[in-house]
Amino acid sequence: MNQSTSAQSTSMGSGVWKRFRKHPGAIFGFIVISILIVLTLLAPLSPYDPEASNITARYQPPSLSHPMGTDALGRDLFTRALFGGRISLTVGLFVVIISVLIGVPTGALAGYYGGKLDSILMRITDAFLSLPSFLVLILLSAILREVEIPLFERNNVVTISLVIGVFAWTTFARLVRASFLTLRESDFVAASRSLGGSDLRVIVRHILPNSIGPIIVEATLEFGYAIIEESGLSFLGFGIQPPTPSWGNLLSNAQEHFTKYPWLAIFPGLMIFLSIISINYIGDGLRDAFDPYKVLDKVGEV
Amino acid sequence: MLSILLFALVNLAPGGPLSGQGQSRHIDPAKVELLKRQFGLDKPLPTQYLIWLIGNDWMQVDKDGDGVLDSYGTRQGILRGDFGFSFRTRQPVLTEIGDRLPNTIYLTVITMLVAVLIAIPIGIISAIKQYSKFDITVTTFSFAGQAIPEFWLGLILILIFYAWLKNPFTGDPLLPAGGMTSINSNGFDLGDRIVHLILPVLTGALGWVAWYSRFLRSSMLDVIHQDYIRTARAKGLPEKMVLYKHALRNALVPLVTLLALDLPYIFGGAIFVEILFSWPGMGRLYYQAALQRDYPVLMAVLIIGASFIILSNLLADIVYAYLDPRIRFE
Repeated sequence: MNQSTSAQSTSMGSGVWKRFRKHPGAIFGFIVISILIVLTLLAPLSPYDPEASNITARYQPPSLSHPMGTDALGRDLFTRALFGGRISLTVGLFVVIISVLIGVPTGALAGYYGGKLDSILMRITDAFLSLPSFLVLILLSAILREVEIPLFERNNVVTISLVIGVFAWTTFARLVRASFLTLRESDFVAASRSLGGSDLRVIVRHILPNSIGPIIVEATLEFGYAIIEESGLSFLGFGIQPPTPSWGNLLSNAQEHFTKYPWLAIFPGLMIFLSIISINYIGDGLRDAFDPYKVLDKVGEV
Repeated sequence: MLSILLFALVNLAPGGPLSGQGQSRHIDPAKVELLKRQFGLDKPLPTQYLIWLIGNDWMQVDKDGDGVLDSYGTRQGILRGDFGFSFRTRQPVLTEIGDRLPNTIYLTVITMLVAVLIAIPIGIISAIKQYSKFDITVTTFSFAGQAIPEFWLGLILILIFYAWLKNPFTGDPLLPAGGMTSINSNGFDLGDRIVHLILPVLTGALGWVAWYSRFLRSSMLDVIHQDYIRTARAKGLPEKMVLYKHALRNALVPLVTLLALDLPYIFGGAIFVEILFSWPGMGRLYYQAALQRDYPVLMAVLIIGASFIILSNLLADIVYAYLDPRIRFE
């Protein structure tokens, strides 16, 4: 029994991978994001210090020694952008983990059991959803910016990820609930129940695998949203605080003189843009790869 | 419930609601106490919450802060539309918001209209002709459009249309970089208005165009793969009928819901555009208030935003249930 299911799930996984590989955009995204990740990991190898200023080299346009130019304090923008990338990508990852951990169980319980539990959980979700979330993020991080609590000090990666994640899980809850609502009425669930399957078994083994596609796609996209939200907060000055670079606060610093020194505005934004577009492509590739009807089409053709 | 959440958020913040006010360092602790008594901040939190909600004009307060109750309060509470005074400008919060709200609505409505009108046809065509040249081009662009952060797009557009491109006749920047009207304009000038709208609307709409066309494409594709579409084809309906009558109607259901669910961004999303283009709207008001922790303004904007979202969610549910008979409400 166990063996047969595991064999089945491997074949499903490899089928997804097969279809994912055939999606040119997804491969593009996969390669670009891998390069970005490797580069940010290699950032300490850069000959320049991301935070030490060098007054003799202020506002240098992009050149061979400074591929993205230098900023108002003569710091190499490329090095800073790579260190900023570490921060931004880490925040993205943390937010996804936090929001999946809160959102998926909430949605599964609400959708499966329905009734009172559903209405309580959904009222909570609604409460979160009815807040203008980005504005609340601004308020929260404006408050936290001033606080001296260990671990949450000065809006570091953990603080910002928590703040964003606490408002990002609702998408998952709604998504999972919706798919549970439809799936719990389906025949295979009734079959499993009539064979004596426990609730936990039905939820984890039968319904969840059938809604895993949308969850993975949403998680991928959430990774991108989180990066945009972090950059947005940092751009407004409420996110990651300088001198620690993040893509958002690099852009924020550029604002003052960007018509004169355009590279300061172009490159950090380009990094955000490249990572988001890659992530979205991966998400789209996954969506297509998880689409079970495509398999049916193929089977129909044969 | 929301109001409790928001109230708690601000009041449990370290330093409390007055902390943003201690800008000058030499503040007399006795004076702070006096201020606290005058603002009613010495009362227990539930009482403060009630006062904030329903006002204090029905009870006696200690107006001069000497510890003796001497006159009736003047606050009416948010339920009667009294959001208090802005710490920053000493103006009533509602006046501040009243000045800015129309500007935001004006900008947002135009942006959303432009976005939806462009997105729907794009979405339909690229779903019907999946993997065609049109689809691939449009999908690529919409991917790019969705991946561009608004604040970066705005900067780049200003760079191109303000700093680099010049009006060939006057040598002035091709498009203005900010504001609603030119400084020297007197009265209403449609041309001037439109010129000032181009960059903000472009910045604001691109992401929405990309998002809605992509969403409609994928929901169209979902629907096209459904069995009832196969059935419709099998019973010999003309392809146009299948697509527009069976597929499109079902594909638009999630889009309508999505439109309603996206309304938070009417308040939230405009913030970057308003800041970048110095548009005197709610977003910029909120940003300025957040910088100085002007809590009455922050709270008022959040409360108004939240009530607006609740209404739109209700609307989305009703529309959804109306459009999709499979949805059952218990």
